[in-house]
Amino acid sequence: MIEIRFHGRGGQGSVIASKILAKAFFMEGKYVSAFPYFGVERRGAPVTAFTRVDERPIRAKYQIYEPDYVIVLDPSLLKAVDVLKGLKKDGWVLINTIKTPEEIKKELNHDKIATVDATSIAIKHHLGSQAAPIVNTAILGAFSKVSGLVKIETVMNAIRESAPAKQEENALAAKDAYDATIMGGE
Amino acid sequence: MAKMILTGNESAAWGARLSKPKVVAAYPITPQTSIIEKIAEFIANGEMDARYIRVESEHSAMAACIAAENTGVRTFTATSAHGLTLMHEMLIWASGARLPIVMSVVNRAMAPPWSVWTDQLDSVAQRDTGWMQIYSENNQEVLDSIIMAYRVGEKHNILLPTMIMEDAFILSHTAEAVDVPEQKLVDDFVGEFEPAFKLDPQDPGGFGSLIMPEGPYMEFRYKMALAMDEARKEIRKVTEEFAEVFGRKYPGLVEEYRTEDADAIMVVMGTIASTAKDVIDALREKGKKVGLARIRYFRPFPYEELREIVKKADMLGIVDRSYTFGYGAALYTETKGALYGHTDKPIKNYVVGLGGRDITPDVLVKIFDNMLKIAKDGVVDREIEWVGLHGDERWS
Repeated sequence: MIEIRFHGRGGQGSVIASKILAKAFFMEGKYVSAFPYFGVERRGAPVTAFTRVDERPIRAKYQIYEPDYVIVLDPSLLKAVDVLKGLKKDGWVLINTIKTPEEIKKELNHDKIATVDATSIAIKHHLGSQAAPIVNTAILGAFSKVSGLVKIETVMNAIRESAPAKQEENALAAKDAYDATIMGGE
Repeated sequence: MAKMILTGNESAAWGARLSKPKVVAAYPITPQTSIIEKIAEFIANGEMDARYIRVESEHSAMAACIAAENTGVRTFTATSAHGLTLMHEMLIWASGARLPIVMSVVNRAMAPPWSVWTDQLDSVAQRDTGWMQIYSENNQEVLDSIIMAYRVGEKHNILLPTMIMEDAFILSHTAEAVDVPEQKLVDDFVGEFEPAFKLDPQDPGGFGSLIMPEGPYMEFRYKMALAMDEARKEIRKVTEEFAEVFGRKYPGLVEEYRTEDADAIMVVMGTIASTAKDVIDALREKGKKVGLARIRYFRPFPYEELREIVKKADMLGIVDRSYTFGYGAALYTETKGALYGHTDKPIKNYVVGLGGRDITPDVLVKIFDNMLKIAKDGVVDREIEWVGLHGDERWS
């Protein structure tokens, strides 16, 4: 079983991202579940969401404590929450930031760090506003690159089927993020 | 059939949509709200042909369903926790009036202290209202149970309402792949609602009038008791029929998992059962003979099945996600009551996961180990044990 944890802020679409990713894996024949941290959400406050993926039906009905991947949608969260909590030692942390993995390494004590400037990509594709770009679809393209577990084409199709508007722009943002992801520390 | 990625609440909304109720009356409450939001969206989009009645409380929601159903139409509603308990009076009215209303309940803890997380006290406390109660294990079961509940409840030898439970967030807000059946199949399976009686301006009559003590009040209640007993047979039959049409086989009132040659069997309702199956597989690989009885229907209570299940093990561990203050949690006392005179094997009550405290495999392994020790010793160490209280070294 693969367990993925998303960190974002209320309103950034972390929960939707967890569902779109689940859908992409589902389209490739996997069993999936996706859920938010069981709580009460507020705009701007830290939000956590999860995706589980397996080759067989998922019966686990409890929270994820030791994820294989962590995805951070908002770089400001690195100072606000312990994004590495429980992350497996050989698991990847993928961060939306303008910084390189080497620069992030000064802030985070972890080997496998990947970064992508999803914010600029979202702005380029007019997703959300300049002030509050929606990065949740772009970051999924980066996840496809980092994990190698789900094809970028599948992620783009899952986005096209799930996004309420600007389906193609969202899918292309994922592709751009896929191409722009920097994987460090291997 | 189309597979969709749906949360438990979306699955409930789809179950309702496919069953074609004519009236939906509801009041929002976390974590149920997304059920009625989705239904409102279906109706607004013209995908569901129902009248949506916005009301000022859950008590009124159930009153509106009762009134509508009394005119001879199918109804649906949904609620949680304080909304459900506010409905209590009307729940008893609905069943007493023999109206097969179907309702989704998202199990949420009762305040104080405030908690929106899962805990089954809200629905367990409705045990005596005359409603059938189904506890779901996954989102597919949430959807399918609604369809089956209409079919069972609307039979003229039953005529009783059903509530279908989802553990808050663990199902309500968790998305899984769900088979959404074709409308035509559901139409054929559920059929048009044919009321046994209804309010009709052309044929005036009254329901629910005064009955003097020497009148047939007891007989009305006795008929309800018979109908609830009869429902056991209908439930078993309808799950078979459902399997033939939709290809998914539900286990009637109780699901057994690896109970053969078990030393200890856990009895539980809701999503804990799902996680427990993985734990059982892992423990079985280590040679620990444990099994599970998942109670789908708490009402009618599956006493016959439990009398067979207890024969298969040396002890039963009853795991409750609620507590009945004064003596033991409800599933425990019900099970013991059903088994009185049928077994002298040890039975222990584990109280777990109140207010949404997470039930992980680690917790379940510890419970199973305790159960196996009791099975071996033949003696219950503590009759009722609260699992994992802060500072309790037994469970840390």
